Amino acid sequence: MGLKEKILSKSLYVFHLSSGSCNNCDIELIDCLTPRYDVERFGIVLVGSIKHADVLLCTGSANRLAIPRIKKLYEQMPQPGYVIVYGACGSSRGLFKDSYNTGQPLDEIMPVDVYIPGCPPRPEAIIMGFEKLIEKINSRKEAR
Amino acid sequence: MSHKAAIPIGPYHPLQEEPEFYKLIVEGEKVVDVDVRIGYNHRGIEKISEAKSYDQSLFIVERICGICSSSHPIACAQAVEDIAKFEVPERALYIRTVCQELERLHSHMLWLGLAGHFLGYNTVFMWAWKYREPICDIFETVTGNRQNYAMHKIGGVRRDIEKEHIPYILKRLDEFTKQLNMLKGAVLDDPVLHERLKGVGVLTKEDAIDYSALGPTARASGIDIDVRRDYPYAAYDKIKWNVITLEEGDVFAKTVVRILEMFESVSIIRQCLDKMPQGPIDSNPKDIPPGEGIGQIEAPRGECFHYIKSDGTNSPMRHKIRAPTYMNFPTFRETVIGETISDAAIILAAIDPCYCCTERMLIVDDHDKQVMGVFELIRLSQEKTARIKDRYALS
Ligand code: SF4
Repeated sequence: MGLKEKILSKSLYVFHLSSGSCNNCDIELIDCLTPRYDVERFGIVLVGSIKHADVLLCTGSANRLAIPRIKKLYEQMPQPGYVIVYGACGSSRGLFKDSYNTGQPLDEIMPVDVYIPGCPPRPEAIIMGFEKLIEKINSRKEAR
Repeated sequence: MSHKAAIPIGPYHPLQEEPEFYKLIVEGEKVVDVDVRIGYNHRGIEKISEAKSYDQSLFIVERICGICSSSHPIACAQAVEDIAKFEVPERALYIRTVCQELERLHSHMLWLGLAGHFLGYNTVFMWAWKYREPICDIFETVTGNRQNYAMHKIGGVRRDIEKEHIPYILKRLDEFTKQLNMLKGAVLDDPVLHERLKGVGVLTKEDAIDYSALGPTARASGIDIDVRRDYPYAAYDKIKWNVITLEEGDVFAKTVVRILEMFESVSIIRQCLDKMPQGPIDSNPKDIPPGEGIGQIEAPRGECFHYIKSDGTNSPMRHKIRAPTYMNFPTFRETVIGETISDAAIILAAIDPCYCCTERMLIVDDHDKQVMGVFELIRLSQEKTARIKDRYALS
């Protein structure tokens, strides 16, 4: 495990999952890839398939239709894999807590490693979230 | 006998930011039918709004869609103002106009980037999103937020545009216009883009009328509609600007309409900042009487419509929302059939679909079975094809 995590912390491949968000979180995330914030300089790349990903980045308050699919995606993620939830919706269901179509919060569906609060969080917050995740990975590496 | 195949796209597909499921039925390279399943984004916003007070429901509608987070609150506020016949101070109207046009700039820029990305022009994607940043900066100056502005309230706006900020806003707008000119040249003079987009996904004027297409999708097909001019709200009737229409109806025309609209938006913002009168920005309305009201505005994608029924309490009795993609989306089917698979993505992107806005209604289709055999699929698709054939034979 140690070697894998050492490599992981250098470049995280991220799969973005929008589980019923308002789009703002997704826009800010994509904004991170573009020249002003450019997370690629830290080795963070968005990939097209969960099977290539190290990190599942989940936005939005999961609705009832999405929950089984989110579970399936999480199961397909190769290990060691990490989960970041992004935005108030993802962390606590936010404004949509009382909606009839919102199911459990994301952290009851799968174990979450990093929460990024905000509605939407600024791109800087995303970068900080990744930094926290890398710190977490490194600390695990040392613990072993 | 030709062989038909179904290509599933989604619901969580890298092509789309938002969850959505399409099934393209193809014959060789050609798309013969398309089917769509929605509901992955349904959050029950109308019902949540009915459980909140009027002031709170503005925050809820702001979160319908991240891109239109200025359009929906304005429309909702207008609907409530329509019930009670509230006067909105003139300065607030001008500030609303500025927010609306800034939003249009940011939305069209975002669209241009994504369209470039779908075509494989990642440079356009990067440029467009980079040049969108000045707009986000202006938003941050004017409203305090990059997204979800929390700017509008019933009877006015929450924040004023300070005099000291105007030179900064104008400077950033100048920068933006320069870059937009460059981008316009790069996109419109590129022969590859001409080749790729012209004559692709044509929406004829008749179809656009039949499907009640809205916004840039309709204007690119030669329909001269724009809520800003037809039913003026905010300060649009006090300002000079043009409605851009083109006749072709293909993807290229939709791109051109959006690019030219951005220049109009910049000019509207300049005029607003110039003409803005001094005075209060909020009329602090108190009670909302029983009654019904509507609010219409021209969102970046077309007309956005809010209906509110009040029973005299402090929360809406019924809140109905119709977002532009709801009308524009069915035109995808008309435009994509007969095109190749490779064009399907850009044709879909050309209507600038926004599912977050549209999905407040859940349609449960009875033949939506999870496991669908190949034969069943082909049978269904053949039935559908037959239906289309019938329709064409009849009309
Ligand atoms: S946290 Fe806020 S911005 Fe993000 S999806 Fe939820 S409502 Fe939208």
